[in-house]
Amino acid sequence: MTKAITVSGLHKSFGRTHALDGLDLNVETGEVHGFLGPNGSGKSTSIRILLGLLRAGSGTARVLGRDPWTDSVNLHRRLAYVPGDVELWPGLTGGEAIDLLARLRGGLDGKRRAELIERFDLDPTKKGRAYSKGNRQKVAIVAALASDAELLLLDEPTAGLDPLMEVVFQDVIGEAKAAGKTVLLSSHILAQVEKLADRVSIIRLGRTVQSGTLAELRHLTRTTIEAETERPATGLAELSGVHDLRTVDEATGRVRFSVDGAQVGTAVRRLTEFGVRSLVSHPPTLEELMLRHYGDELAANGHGTGQGTDGEPR
Amino acid sequence: MTSATAAPGTRAPSAPAAGGNALAGTRTLIRFALRRDRIRLPVWILALFLSTLMTANSFRTLYSDPQDRANAVRSVDSPAGLAMSGPRHYLTDDGFGSILSHQMIGFTAVLVGLMSVLVITRHTRAEEETGRAELVRSAVVGRHAHLAAALSVAVLANLALALLLAVGLAGLGMEGVDTAGSLVYGFAHAAAGLVFAAVAAVTVQFTAHTRGASGMALAVIGVAYVLRAAGDSGTNDTLSWLSPIGWVQRSYPYVDDRWWPLLLSLLFAVACAAAGFRLSTRRDVGAGLRPQKPGSPTASAALTTPVGFALRLHRGMLAGFGTGLFLMGAMYGSILGDAEDMLAGIDEIEEALERIGGASVAESFASMVMVVLTVVAAVYVVMAALRPRSEETAGRAEPLLATGLSRSRWVGGHLAVAVGGGTVVLLLAGLGFGVAGAASTGDAGLVPDLTGAALAYAPALWVTVGAAAVLFGWFPRASQAAWIVPVYAFVVGYLGQILQFPDWMNNLSPFGHIPRLPAADMDWTPLLLLTLVAAALLWLGLTGFGRRDLETK
Repeated sequence: MTKAITVSGLHKSFGRTHALDGLDLNVETGEVHGFLGPNGSGKSTSIRILLGLLRAGSGTARVLGRDPWTDSVNLHRRLAYVPGDVELWPGLTGGEAIDLLARLRGGLDGKRRAELIERFDLDPTKKGRAYSKGNRQKVAIVAALASDAELLLLDEPTAGLDPLMEVVFQDVIGEAKAAGKTVLLSSHILAQVEKLADRVSIIRLGRTVQSGTLAELRHLTRTTIEAETERPATGLAELSGVHDLRTVDEATGRVRFSVDGAQVGTAVRRLTEFGVRSLVSHPPTLEELMLRHYGDELAANGHGTGQGTDGEPR
Repeated sequence: MTSATAAPGTRAPSAPAAGGNALAGTRTLIRFALRRDRIRLPVWILALFLSTLMTANSFRTLYSDPQDRANAVRSVDSPAGLAMSGPRHYLTDDGFGSILSHQMIGFTAVLVGLMSVLVITRHTRAEEETGRAELVRSAVVGRHAHLAAALSVAVLANLALALLLAVGLAGLGMEGVDTAGSLVYGFAHAAAGLVFAAVAAVTVQFTAHTRGASGMALAVIGVAYVLRAAGDSGTNDTLSWLSPIGWVQRSYPYVDDRWWPLLLSLLFAVACAAAGFRLSTRRDVGAGLRPQKPGSPTASAALTTPVGFALRLHRGMLAGFGTGLFLMGAMYGSILGDAEDMLAGIDEIEEALERIGGASVAESFASMVMVVLTVVAAVYVVMAALRPRSEETAGRAEPLLATGLSRSRWVGGHLAVAVGGGTVVLLLAGLGFGVAGAASTGDAGLVPDLTGAALAYAPALWVTVGAAAVLFGWFPRASQAAWIVPVYAFVVGYLGQILQFPDWMNNLSPFGHIPRLPAADMDWTPLLLLTLVAAALLWLGLTGFGRRDLETK
């Protein structure tokens, strides 16, 4: 499959600040790719380099097989962008801004525009000044989706949207994916990424720390298991990959532990030897995945993470 | 229990005296505003103070003997001279102080007004437009605190300037520059500043946009200047009495030392400020007085082209400057007839005019008016050419440049409007001047002559656009330095004629190379060269912008 976006070893500095420090990113054609990272980790900088708005310091970036800096205008006809903080022209109405952006991109589907305005419940006759933050976001989202772009670069697109609109947004992105479009979705809303993304890349301090499908990432992390057995389960602690074992309830012999993704089978087999009465397993949520990578940051800020941070560097 | 024993000793929370007070928090806001302006205001005040002091001091060598002073006084005794300086009454006294007041007050009053207008808009409407006022107003801050604080800062700045001028000028120890006169001179500036600060207190209520509020207040300054210029150069004194700048000039520092025209200014300022406070209660925070009307739900085809889009963003300012310059030209044109009559038969002046190449009094007057008109057009051109920069820093360039619009077409659209719009406002200025001039002198040939004379300055405007484009492309953070071009052109073209600057200073300004039509003969060479320079600068600017990072929020 051809890749929609390939980035390798990307560096970018602003004066003395290193915004990107060897970023890698691969987005397959037709997938929704979640782009995760804390504030200031370089997500927006990466997307702006992919748009040719900023020039890469070193490393390579290819969008739809082309160089985003030298070929930006041709590329822009094939992609659409939603910034996280949309600024509109005070004297232009939302409808005019939508038309302007979509037509400059190279085409506007009138029917689709009307449908999106309806679904997002947007008043296109208001002037830019009069829109709230969420409504400004809607203008950019409608403008991006009303033109027929094959690649969508979305930089925290739903910041400021209410939960109802968040649902509409997820539907719309789902439809775009079904239509074969590629989406790079930078987001803080983990539930949104879990629902939409095929694969995710997690970045930190301008560097990719993890990349893969959600299933793969889960495999790399620990599953929490809670079990009740007929006889007290012993010998679990000796198994490799089992952590934080404790007995929840002496009377019923209920135990809880977390286990590395690769060792889940071994641990469950051991449990069955003692006669399993009940078994509950929680796959790690994306939040836990994130916390695992940023746990030390939180700890430094005076928060215990409580999520199996054993200080082991990955 | 410790808490019980401590209770009687603890201080009761201060009584909510601020509860109903519309001015609560004003003192804090004043201190905050002074902190924010700690560099800007001292620079303004010192620049005005020092340039006045240096001008006064230069008179010692420039007019070293009384005969020189008498000549200097006589040389401005023409409609052109009076339009550029002040009322004729100053000419009855040829002391240093009188010459200084006559030549400087009209010019510095405009700058003091500009400083005061910007203080008010910066601390009121700009705060509301960015949403910062909302945050501040949610604290214990009264309804009128922002405007009261801004006006207080303007008062403080103007008082500081007044006292500096009074002390500084009196301290020069020049003949005819006494303490009493210096006090009047200083406070004449404060009076002018306060009037325009109060005018801005009203204009910030009308529109939701800082740019619009400043523009309206600056238009008032412009009208005030043109009214006094028309009144002073003609025979009709009433026009000058309609102008706040005319009032302060009529305090006649060092000549009559009259305080009552300054009192008139003060009363006017108080009335305007009161109107500002009153109007502000009739609107919401962040809104103008007029409710926003819904607009078109779709964009027209013209809007979605780069030039059409740029034109849409520029059209308010373009229309404002176009109308303003047409009226300004017409105002000067209407006194052109007087100019001829007044000076006919004064041999000395006709000789002097022949020396500078003017065929007639009216023509030399017209050439000087052109300088003023083109500087105003240059102000428009700089504002227009810097628009891409403000779009960029506001984050509005980013979504556009992520579409199929290339960088050079985007900037090109704005620069095309600056170049074309600058030419149009120049044309309108010349046309207004020509039509009114033809009516007042009965010479229809003035219409094409004066329009052409104004258009001859177009290449210099294009160079100004080019300079702004180069700064934007290569040194975006220094873009505002483009203002040097019109300011320098103004200082050289206006003050230079009074203070007799050397030629090389004139040649540094693109406007200095334009033949001074209609007094001088047409010369195409400098126009062609300036056009080439402008084209090169525009190309350079576009290249620079194509190579740099876009600045994002």
